[in-house]
Amino acid sequence: MIGAFRHILARDLRISLRQGSDIVVVVMFFVITVALFPFGVGPEGNILARIAAGVVWVCAMLATLLSLDRMFLSDYDDGSLELLALSALPLEAIVLAKATAHWLVTGLPLIAAAPVLAMLLNMAAESYVTLFAVMLLGTPTLSLIGAIGASLTLGARRAGVLVSVLVLPLYIPVLIFAVGAIDAAAMSLPVRPHLLFLGAMLAGALPLAPLASAAAIRQALT
Amino acid sequence: MPNTAAPSFSGENLLCIRGERTVFAGLSFAVPAGGALILRGPNGSGKSSLLRLMAGLLQPIDGALLRDGIPVRDDPEGHRSSLHYVGHKDAIKPVLTVAENLAFWSGVNGGTGSVDTALETFGLAALVDTAARLLSAGQQRRLNLARIIASPAPLWLLDEPTIALDSASVSVMVDLIAAHRATGGIVVLSTHIDLGIHDAVALDLDRFAPEVSL
Repeated sequence: MIGAFRHILARDLRISLRQGSDIVVVVMFFVITVALFPFGVGPEGNILARIAAGVVWVCAMLATLLSLDRMFLSDYDDGSLELLALSALPLEAIVLAKATAHWLVTGLPLIAAAPVLAMLLNMAAESYVTLFAVMLLGTPTLSLIGAIGASLTLGARRAGVLVSVLVLPLYIPVLIFAVGAIDAAAMSLPVRPHLLFLGAMLAGALPLAPLASAAAIRQALT
Repeated sequence: MPNTAAPSFSGENLLCIRGERTVFAGLSFAVPAGGALILRGPNGSGKSSLLRLMAGLLQPIDGALLRDGIPVRDDPEGHRSSLHYVGHKDAIKPVLTVAENLAFWSGVNGGTGSVDTALETFGLAALVDTAARLLSAGQQRRLNLARIIASPAPLWLLDEPTIALDSASVSVMVDLIAAHRATGGIVVLSTHIDLGIHDAVALDLDRFAPEVSL
């Protein structure tokens, strides 16, 4: 069972790394959308510092959204998903393996790019550690919630648009507490409550998102 | 205790509805160990639906599937993990090599069979390190079929397995089916051509089409 989980994870990682452009495009999207803001709101340092946390997070969410379609769609199209569903591994575990792979190839690069972009937006120096912590806690939740949206839109027309409409509202709680934590750090307020909420969301999404996503996949395969 | 010892695969009074349309109704079949069932019928008569239903990808609206006399509904995991389903799609990742593709499915299914032997059987040994996107349609199909011998399972559900295959590969497939049946395996397949599988039971799906009423 663990073996099958590892096989799926390894295969998804290998496919993503071999099609390295997928990863690069997502990070480039993140960089470019964030870089648009200084042009849009002007180069004034305190305004940018004020909006930095929100901009970085909203753009990270949009970048995640951009990569969601490859979580299940190619497996659905080429028949792999139905064969995976027929394997001994429960579909929930398959979803978890694929969401983990998704986080490793999109979440981690976004975490790596975030401090550089925060610097571009003149983020307060004392916020960086918190930024790293909330990215680490928040991005897995984005992948997990995204898995629900990606599986619900399998077989739908214009799935890319539909997935944004389904998933972005569910991202709002993550956004609120992630930005709250970074702002709290900038004002030297305690960040612990925000991090606890983010941790709780991850702890909730970890079992619940695979359940919901597996149910949606079963529906899509009939 | 009913006589459930002999391994077998059967269905009772199956009803399948796709969309609003009844595909077949009151369909029953039984295949003993070592048996083969060939599904026949024109396009749209429900051959693929029946195979997907047998695999558990579709749920019957009515009726039940039985493995060794035990309803599949009671043990869906056991059923799933002891069958191979070959559909219309080859489930091949173009960026992975031939060997990687097969090793993945063999690994996921906990295969004990050798990947190399399976590739050799289907004449793909020379292509192990070739990216699967470079394979022809027939070679992709052979790679998909190699999956079912890389990890043994007693029940094979094959949906038109010989599509895109050359005649040499068709005879390889026919030999494999015979060998599988000789060890007590069960094969259900749909086909439009005569594969020359003697003593196979034919199931004509036309007979179970609903009466057209106005």
